[in-house]
Amino acid sequence: MSLLVRKLLAVGGTVIVLGVLIALYVNSWATSFPTSVNATKTPRQAGASLTLETVAAIGPKYSPAHPDWVSYLVRRDGKWFRSTIFTVPAHSVVHVTIYQYDGDSGLRNPFLSQVQGTVGGTETVDGKTVRGIDPEEASHTFAVPELGILVPLPGVPEEAKNQCEFAPCEGAAHRTITFSFRTGAKGRYHWQCFVPCAAGWLNGFGGPMQTLGYMDGFIDVT
Amino acid sequence: MREPNHARRLMLIWLIATVIVTPLVVILVGPNIPPGNASEQASGHVTDNTVLLGMATPVLLLVLIYLAYAVIFFRQPQGAALEGPALRGDTRIQTVWIVVTSLMVLVLAVYGTVRLLADNGAGSGSGPNPVAKPSGPKLPVQVIAQQWAFTYRYPTYGGVETPHLELPRNQMVELHVTSLDVVHSFWAIQLGVKADANPQVDNVVFVKPTHLGRFEVRCAELCGIWHGQMFDYGHVVTPASFQQWIHQQQVTFAPVTRKLPPYKTTYLPEPTRRGE
Repeated sequence: MSLLVRKLLAVGGTVIVLGVLIALYVNSWATSFPTSVNATKTPRQAGASLTLETVAAIGPKYSPAHPDWVSYLVRRDGKWFRSTIFTVPAHSVVHVTIYQYDGDSGLRNPFLSQVQGTVGGTETVDGKTVRGIDPEEASHTFAVPELGILVPLPGVPEEAKNQCEFAPCEGAAHRTITFSFRTGAKGRYHWQCFVPCAAGWLNGFGGPMQTLGYMDGFIDVT
Repeated sequence: MREPNHARRLMLIWLIATVIVTPLVVILVGPNIPPGNASEQASGHVTDNTVLLGMATPVLLLVLIYLAYAVIFFRQPQGAALEGPALRGDTRIQTVWIVVTSLMVLVLAVYGTVRLLADNGAGSGSGPNPVAKPSGPKLPVQVIAQQWAFTYRYPTYGGVETPHLELPRNQMVELHVTSLDVVHSFWAIQLGVKADANPQVDNVVFVKPTHLGRFEVRCAELCGIWHGQMFDYGHVVTPASFQQWIHQQQVTFAPVTRKLPPYKTTYLPEPTRRGE
């Protein structure tokens, strides 16, 4: 085999190996979705239920790479799990409970402080039924724009004792929000937080606000 | 064998093709060019795009016909390796080329400017102080972009803000497009409207919807992870339906309307407590 052919084979082989490695890396990055969590079937009420938690910092247990990022968690089999992809049944009522452990940030657009798209157009905050909250007290929102759902979540007051530092936050000061919404046809719908709640990022819009698996995700209606 | 006059033959073929193809393109393709005729501005776009297509067709034909002609008649004979004759420039061809292309560019520049002025910005964002403003009554509607949704505010209806856009037919609308966070772009596709939504900027667009129906709204500026999901549908309705709808919105959103800041053309939203 001539020197030229050997050189060509060496260069070609290196290029192919590098190409495969790059393709594998891109593929793993592009497909690194959080695991989907199914809503629990509710025995007494029709439909399904989702139990979520919002925390100011996800902590090293759930996200070693970004322990200080604000995040949602979902309860699965009695344990908290970091995922923002939820599967719910089509043409049914989904009952959502959110334990909100984070402080307030305020909405940039106060219009988003009114509940929209839920059953009855209301949510309950610590057991009290309301149609909206003070925009300044908003900590996060749970919004599915395509389904017209918008639920503002009030924050834990600054003066509250026993604030949660890292998830999981059981026992810490929190707000409890409940609401129900009706699902329609099958499909994948994105949900998001409208409060710029990413601490340390320009205007609160970077990091966890721009990364799937923290303050946004999908609702798979199946 | 005597060499034929290639230039004359080419011109003749091109002329015949142009006379046949250009009217066909204008008549058959022109009316089907997006964005359609849902508004005066959209219809204007169709007219403009048809004019551009009509002017581009002869140019495209010239290129394609010359290419085909060269492939057929200037083909290198098999087995031969001949150099073509050296060309040292041709004043006549160069003059024609410069004059024709300059004329086309100038005509298009004048046409574009006239159309922009005549059509009050032709559905584009014209900044806070548009040069061309339509006369007569206008319905002001504010388009507020945020990551990742558009909301709409109607200052002449108590400043009510709505999650969807409805517009009355045959009413000149003055859209004030702004953003609360990053740069977005408000694109009402079938209405022929596209305007940048910049924070702290009031970007004014004029549009007069003429046909009832649904139109698509999309963000046309890459604005973050959910940019692709930043879409909605708006509706053009009859004036009576619009009145009914806006009053319903005023009732539905009465509680939150009281919490909104007074209507302004731009907003500097507070708080940014978690940001830097």
